[in-house]
Amino acid sequence: MTTPKFILPDIPDLHRIEVYEQHHGYQALRKALGMKPNDVIEEVKKSNLRGRGGACFPTGLKWSFMPKQSTKPKYLCANGDESEPGTFKDRQIFEFNPHLFIEGSVIAAYAMGIKAIYVYVRGEYAKWVTMLQHAIDDAYAHNYIGSNIFGSGFNTELYIHKGAGAYICGEESALMNSIEGDRGYPRVKPPFPAQYGLWGCPTTINNIETLANIPVILNIGWEAFSKIGAPKQPGTLLYGISGHVNKPGVYELPTGVLLTDIIYNYAGGVPSNKKIKAVIPGGSSTMWLKGEEIDGVKMDADSLKAVGTSIGTAGVIIMDEDTDILKVLTRITHFYYHESCGQCTPCREGCGWMEKILKRFIAGEGTMQDVDLLLDIANNIEGNTICALGDAAAWPIQSFIKKFRGEFERRVKKAPPEKKYVPPPHLVTLQA
Amino acid sequence: MFTQENLKKLEELKKRYPTTKALTLPVLWMAQEQFGWISPDTMKYVAELLSLPVGHIYGVVTFYTMFNTKPVGKYHLQVCTNVSCQLRGAEHLTDHLCHRLGVAIGETTTDKKFTITEVECLGSCGTAPMMQVNDDYVENLTDEKVDKFLAECK
Repeated sequence: MTTPKFILPDIPDLHRIEVYEQHHGYQALRKALGMKPNDVIEEVKKSNLRGRGGACFPTGLKWSFMPKQSTKPKYLCANGDESEPGTFKDRQIFEFNPHLFIEGSVIAAYAMGIKAIYVYVRGEYAKWVTMLQHAIDDAYAHNYIGSNIFGSGFNTELYIHKGAGAYICGEESALMNSIEGDRGYPRVKPPFPAQYGLWGCPTTINNIETLANIPVILNIGWEAFSKIGAPKQPGTLLYGISGHVNKPGVYELPTGVLLTDIIYNYAGGVPSNKKIKAVIPGGSSTMWLKGEEIDGVKMDADSLKAVGTSIGTAGVIIMDEDTDILKVLTRITHFYYHESCGQCTPCREGCGWMEKILKRFIAGEGTMQDVDLLLDIANNIEGNTICALGDAAAWPIQSFIKKFRGEFERRVKKAPPEKKYVPPPHLVTLQA
Repeated sequence: MFTQENLKKLEELKKRYPTTKALTLPVLWMAQEQFGWISPDTMKYVAELLSLPVGHIYGVVTFYTMFNTKPVGKYHLQVCTNVSCQLRGAEHLTDHLCHRLGVAIGETTTDKKFTITEVECLGSCGTAPMMQVNDDYVENLTDEKVDKFLAECK
């Protein structure tokens, strides 16, 4: 069976603008500029495209929230912060198909009447920033960005804004604060970005992969797009598979593909044919699955929701039977503790407490009461913070306790042997 | 003080944003590239350049992990120890590096050549374990590959 590959097709040198142009490059943009902006939004709406950043929000609907008439400038932010552990898909787009993303961004800008696009790329991706900048320069030179694109009278600018190492800046409101030159603190919502975003102006934030899907929709039409993969979340996804597999990497496959299919047919199975102990299906913040549970599980938002987890960023992490999964959970919790921005007490303090408790188990000092305490902290972080980082820290812990309680039991502090009653010497003599 | 080239770059950057505050991150990057790290004096300089309070600059520098508030060695080895790398032996890799260089995590060798830092996920999970050396990613690491790499660092 051949699976369609739109985002990362097997075409050598596609990152070069001449090669991209030879493969229908920028034709979707030409088509879009011939349409009314609102018709472009309708096309995206009908395609049923959902955001690829983890929240699966319908993209067309998000675009339609942008005010049509605005006295203030409007902005588009492309989110390439990509810091969720287990996720490494956007960098593939920057490296192998940057023009697809640029084309999608310009179409989005046209649809919403936007004059400036900021691409937020994580600071560690220095190499990919250079690659993307190169592609942007070429696109400017060919007048696919800039003024009077394709002679349509439409102008838009596109800039890269480099982050500096903060997971939280992948959260849309933190990302905007970071562009504004502040610390990456998430904002309280409402107001939502479409009303009050970057510098108080209407703003839309889309993931890099989401924007890369836009030219695909315009090229093949919304109807064909909506028929790929799972009906409620159509299209292809860039699945990033890592951990204990023979061929880790990014695979472009339709949504709704079987998890076992990805593991065994694409990623080459588990080394030494070991059994799978646990799977994290969508990046470190999603709920864990037991190895026994993965048969028949499909990789799309609804199917994963049905088994109590989520698609997230489709970053699949596989752990084989010999993995010390409690240590893995501790590492993940440390990550959230480290990355908490510190605004909300439950997250700032709670993540640290959870890490401390987990470390007690690693050291063999934990007790069964600690498990309840851990769950209590996780439950009190969830839903009680400004942004979803708190939830992201709580979900792995909650699901782990539910599914792998035995791991804690195995490691609880062994109660010291009961002390035998030794009567004092004078009592001994009395008894005698 | 920024080089003439950087000052010219700054003028270019100003056209991109409606406020000068938005230049904080790009200018701090420029400073780190020129000076290697961001000293308290650099913070003052950047604050004056952008007419912003030093407190704001300090707040931003300390919030983002990539801004070095201490000098680092010529080769800044940033080892990812997050999940995907952990599953593929990052712990051993860190031990090996520390052992080879005779320093602990967060320290710089006495010849100021190497600094080892433990970092969070670098988005290189498919090529784990890995480390970032200055701007470059060194991926799919094994003990031999690390030894070879260290030997090549002049």
